[in-house]
Amino acid sequence: MSHWIIAPIVLPALVAAIMVTAFRGQLAAQRLLSLAAILGLNGIAWALLAAATQGPEAYFLGDWPAPFGIVLVLDRLSALMVVLLAGLALPVVLYAIGSGWDAKGAHFHPLLQFLLMGIGGAFLTGDAFNLFVFFEVLLIASYGLMIHGGGGARTRAGVQYIAFNLIGSSLFLLALALIYAVTGTLNMADLAVKLPTLPEGDAALLRTAAVLLILVFAIKGALVPLQFWLPGTYANAPGVVAAMFAVMTKIGAYATLRAGTLIFPADLPATGPLLSTLLQPAALVTLALGAAGVLGARTLPRLVAFGAIASMGTAFLAISAFTPQATTAALYYILHSTLATALMFLVADLVTRRRAHAGLDAPAPVAGSGPLAALFLVGAVAMVGMPPLSGFLGKLLVLDALRGQAGLVWSVVLVSSFVMILGFSRAGSLVFWKGGPSPSPAPHEPLALAAAFALLAGLVGLTVFAGPVTDWLAATAETLYAPQGYIAANRLEGGA
Amino acid sequence: MEALVASAIGILTAVGIYLTLRLRTFPVILGLTFLSYAVNLFLFASGRLAVNSAPILGRSETYSDPLPQALVLTAIVISFGMTAVMMMMAIGGHLQAGHDRIDLDARDETAGRGEGPEAGA
Repeated sequence: MSHWIIAPIVLPALVAAIMVTAFRGQLAAQRLLSLAAILGLNGIAWALLAAATQGPEAYFLGDWPAPFGIVLVLDRLSALMVVLLAGLALPVVLYAIGSGWDAKGAHFHPLLQFLLMGIGGAFLTGDAFNLFVFFEVLLIASYGLMIHGGGGARTRAGVQYIAFNLIGSSLFLLALALIYAVTGTLNMADLAVKLPTLPEGDAALLRTAAVLLILVFAIKGALVPLQFWLPGTYANAPGVVAAMFAVMTKIGAYATLRAGTLIFPADLPATGPLLSTLLQPAALVTLALGAAGVLGARTLPRLVAFGAIASMGTAFLAISAFTPQATTAALYYILHSTLATALMFLVADLVTRRRAHAGLDAPAPVAGSGPLAALFLVGAVAMVGMPPLSGFLGKLLVLDALRGQAGLVWSVVLVSSFVMILGFSRAGSLVFWKGGPSPSPAPHEPLALAAAFALLAGLVGLTVFAGPVTDWLAATAETLYAPQGYIAANRLEGGA
Repeated sequence: MEALVASAIGILTAVGIYLTLRLRTFPVILGLTFLSYAVNLFLFASGRLAVNSAPILGRSETYSDPLPQALVLTAIVISFGMTAVMMMMAIGGHLQAGHDRIDLDARDETAGRGEGPEAGA
């Protein structure tokens, strides 16, 4: 299995390079290659998932031993995230082809492949500096995708997005420099071994590093007060790109989970429960702010963007408890909310393109609104967490895991869910009921609709197979809180 | 030397943060550049400050840590590339909008929506 670990990084990189050199400007060939590569990525991801179930496995780049070289580590969590990434990329690329978004600019498919490469790398790497590098790879691809199709407002939102992320990158480098200065290593497993024996004098520096690192992940995960980039970016990005970006906020959640269980576990003397103390209030405010934003949004894409913020609030709320049960809930909710957010962005894109104007302040007819209204209804049900879809199960798991703090946490989760129901009902009734009959016929886009229904099928699958999935996720959460296997897979040499 | 390097990093960071908080894109880009200089110096200093020691074994009496130097090189390349991308997008935004204010106003929120791929670029 060993060489396959690097395949989710190498395959998109190679395909993207081939597309920009050999097939420049040939959209049909690029579409075919892109689709084939993503199908291949799906196959690899599921094979990796099967392999990871046997136990963590490391891949030594250039055969340099850890901690001197860079390692990729495949464990259950990283394999799960790669499966989620590949599973999301397939409907996204189908939608891009079906709706014609990819024909609007020059390099949609190569940029998408580079984005997949960056995200896959971020999930798989076992080295903190390498995580930074993959963050930059995925960011630079996302900059290109975000302004795909051009337009003044989109470009200016893109400038804000880049500025925000450049500051985030600076903070990340500061955190890495601090960690390297006190420990002399950046391999995550090596950090897990070395940090408990850190001299007491370095504890303050390490705490600073931990907070900086969490700030960076909070920027990625759009946690209040660092969420300001998200609504402008997601609402101004092309709908299909916003759907792909649904997995990008989850990178923040993944990295927080990895850092909070492996590098800075709660029993580390230097940091203690610092992460959960910081994360939990932020997550609660994020959830409340997202719900308020859903109620107040003036366009459909902004509405969904605030829904995405609220879902990150719920995910971080579960993560911040740092217990196996809460982590299981967080992982299930992350799977669900990625699919649900992507679905809603696709629906918002379908609606906005068939509607006379974008605002939610006045009714306007929507061409061919029948299937769209159904998709919107089901997507909204999933997103706000009403039964019978996986959003309800996800929120139930989160509430159950946080039973200890029922007073505050339950009220915030339940009240914000109610506010979101109001927001989505208001938008849905304005768009689909008050619009009246449309004078123009609906554009014929079977592939785009199929992509949206594929995401819906994913949500239904997640609901139907919730039992086996949560069992698997519970085992994953257990391994996160007993990282001996992860550390052993690195086969650390010297120093340790 | 420590005081000099530390104050240099501090001043660069302060200048960077001040400029980043400005209203127009050009000062913001300059501010981000200053911030990345500060970060690069800080990253370099994480391998401890030492004079007259090569990052290669056996070339000098003591050797300095080569890893931060490699890290800083990566960071320089990345921040340089990112700044270039941001510059291009800022120029594009300026040309299309006719001004270079960095904030988005209410008009931007609804502008640019409702157009789809078939609407044509």
